[in-house]
Amino acid sequence: MLKAFKFALLAGAIAALSPVAMAETPKDTLVIAENIDDIISLDPAEAYELSGIQVLANTYDRIMRFEPTDITKLVGGVAESQTVSDDGKTFTLKIRPGLKFASGNPVTAQDAAFSLQRVIKLNKTPVFLLSQLGWTPENVDQMVTAPDDSTLVVKIGVDFAPSLVNALLSSVVGSVVDQKTAMAHEANGDFGYEWLKTNTAGSGAYTLKGWKPNESVVLEANPSYRGGEPAMKRVVIRHVPEPAAQRLLIEKGDTDVALNLTGDQVTSLKGNADVTITPSPQALLYYIGMNVKQKELQDVRVRQALRYLIDYDGIVNSIMQGGAQVHESFWASGFWAALDENPYKFDPEKAKALLKEAGYPDGFEITLDAPNSSPFNNIAQSVQSTMAQGGIKVNIIPAETKALLTKYRAREHQLLMIYWGPDYMDPHTNADGFANNLDNSDAASKGKPLAWRNSWQDDAVNKMTADAVRERDEAKRKQMYLDEQKKVLDEGPYAIMFQETKQVATRSNVKDFIFGPSADVVYYNLTTK
Amino acid sequence: MGSGMAGRIFRQLLSFAVTLIMTFIGLTAVTFLIGRLTRIDPVLAVVGDKASKQVYDQTFHAMGLDKPLIVQYALYVKRLISGDFGISVLTSQPVLSDLLRVFPATFELATLAIIIGVAAGIPAGVLAGARKGRWADHVVRVVGLFGYSVPVFWLGLVGLFVFYGKLGWVSGTGRLDVFYEDIVTPRTGIILIDSAIDGDWDIFRNAFSHLILPAAILGFFSLAYIARMTRSFMITQLSQEYVTTARVKGRSYWGAVWRHAFPNIMVPLITVIGLSYASLLEGAVLTETVFAWPGLGLYITRALFNGDMNAVLGGTILVGAVFIGVNLVSDLLYRVFDPRLRGA
Repeated sequence: MLKAFKFALLAGAIAALSPVAMAETPKDTLVIAENIDDIISLDPAEAYELSGIQVLANTYDRIMRFEPTDITKLVGGVAESQTVSDDGKTFTLKIRPGLKFASGNPVTAQDAAFSLQRVIKLNKTPVFLLSQLGWTPENVDQMVTAPDDSTLVVKIGVDFAPSLVNALLSSVVGSVVDQKTAMAHEANGDFGYEWLKTNTAGSGAYTLKGWKPNESVVLEANPSYRGGEPAMKRVVIRHVPEPAAQRLLIEKGDTDVALNLTGDQVTSLKGNADVTITPSPQALLYYIGMNVKQKELQDVRVRQALRYLIDYDGIVNSIMQGGAQVHESFWASGFWAALDENPYKFDPEKAKALLKEAGYPDGFEITLDAPNSSPFNNIAQSVQSTMAQGGIKVNIIPAETKALLTKYRAREHQLLMIYWGPDYMDPHTNADGFANNLDNSDAASKGKPLAWRNSWQDDAVNKMTADAVRERDEAKRKQMYLDEQKKVLDEGPYAIMFQETKQVATRSNVKDFIFGPSADVVYYNLTTK
Repeated sequence: MGSGMAGRIFRQLLSFAVTLIMTFIGLTAVTFLIGRLTRIDPVLAVVGDKASKQVYDQTFHAMGLDKPLIVQYALYVKRLISGDFGISVLTSQPVLSDLLRVFPATFELATLAIIIGVAAGIPAGVLAGARKGRWADHVVRVVGLFGYSVPVFWLGLVGLFVFYGKLGWVSGTGRLDVFYEDIVTPRTGIILIDSAIDGDWDIFRNAFSHLILPAAILGFFSLAYIARMTRSFMITQLSQEYVTTARVKGRSYWGAVWRHAFPNIMVPLITVIGLSYASLLEGAVLTETVFAWPGLGLYITRALFNGDMNAVLGGTILVGAVFIGVNLVSDLLYRVFDPRLRGA
């Protein structure tokens, strides 16, 4: 016993001797606690994960962009001005004079053309953003040209509204890569791809100093940045997968920003004067997909009934706790052309009437696939209990996200809960995802949009999508998207439930940490503390 | 030394090598099969959910997934023999360099944990065994039961909350404070050793204050196991006649416990400690998650959930090698502690 006691003493002594955790981060360093395990590449022609895009928004300037100083307005980034030809198919962009990459090389129209061309030629995940403009590896060198150092000419092979083209040029693939630096690291004709996976060559506010997967991303200020040298000379993004640990770190001041706090953690931090919570509505939607292959779900009245069997407000208040707002149409609130009607409320009587009309007076049994992580597991349980009140017996099948997606992409689900974020800031991205389905066969020659995954095809809706894309009159185009959202809301195979609200926790001395509605508009360069 | 001796050593080495090869073939084959049979599309880890059909198909072919399973496995083994573990799709890095990065983190944690477990577990177990049924025994058993039944995840969070959040005795998550990152020369990847070589004691202290809490928590779990096993070995030995004989000859009770009974439990105890250590070296995914510790457990688990087979196989081979290594060391230690095995 004496020995054990001595040990306790020794352990206590060791603990007491170790230094007290320093309660603040370095003055000129911004420390961010975030779950960054999704990053697999930092090449702007390949990166398509939220944390990765966030890093790229700060390390590359883009042809068009939402400036940190006003994230609501799409303006020229590297491009200073643009003219569009009368037929709407040729865009001539002037590059700002005197810009420099972090390497010291001048930013020219050739670099911008090279950046767009390499996206098409490398043919990685985000290529679809640009290939829909009618660009192919064969024609892109003619479609995208730089007649001189300050002129970029972009031709498109399809009828697309100019606002949509600009939205595409402002997405991650519009990042301007330093051609000289990239080509200096080229191997086997890869346009510097292997090297750029783990390095940056841009003219953004920061350069990448190091990325250790599952550990950290370290950025260093670029003094020659167009918007001025950032106050924070270093940004350290530390991988902290556990939200409860993030909360402790921000309470103790060992991190300046925590990005993955859960609703109840945010609630418990509300009284803490050292921590500021800033809600930021996101474009991310949480929804349940209803596979129309399932006999019961083929009836539009059943799909409507299920939408009446979700306790939207209850989930927002008790589970999300500020982490979401109710939103039922397919384009998120706060964005151009969003439909802000939320006609579905929890109403078991209405649901039962609809089910009776459809021939299911006693309801039926159905499975719901859902991610096995918070908050989805809790939302699924709520849905299970409210659907039971309408006679629908829901069996929840929890799974890892990747396994869930595999099943979804094979159309083997009945009901499936997941989230969807837009690819760029134009409603076409979500119309294309939620509504468009040009080939409903299992072969899916046109890809696997959400409508295909739920086996739902409506020719009228397909036509609406195609027409809206072409419309050059902004007001008309807006109305077309409102109509399309209404139609999908009434007839579609989804119960779109919520729009995410990111609750960004910062130390109270941190000012101007810009966290916009998507990963493309998260900026560190204005931050001070 | 005669030629018979040399021949025997050669035969032992040969049989060891054969066992080793068979183990690794079995290990990789089973892992490969399970990995490919799980319903996770490995292409998704590379291209994500939004890639076009064309990009998807191209990647599917590039990863060799269109080939029959057996061919895929054969290709993997062929590359492995030439020392190529392949590239992890999740990190875009060679699996070997990933493992060299994550394993030292786990090694550092596991080693301190097992030291804590052994240093506290053995005395506690001996005490409990020798004082069977008395209050000291009850205390050890309750502590052991606690260590057996409390979820490590919960204990980690509570530990962080109390010792980091409230008392400030230890540092928070990760291996170092942001101040100290990327300063020491990474020689071994074990920060305590690297900082000691550089003579940078500030970093040493900082690394230690990050390490001690997760190590103590993991150590507590192996303590519980080691104490329980020590106790039961001890009780068996103390009921043997030779202990009574020693007592009759005038040995004190504690003298009999430590001088006579204890040496006899060394061999089974080494097995217990070895297994405990090996399972710590596998990486503790829950502890690593709570403490944002970039170790092997987190690496393999994440690879598994994403169908990143190169990373899973590389990790499995490493874990296999660790188990074999620990077993070898245990075997050698048996010879040290068991006179009957000396010279055998």
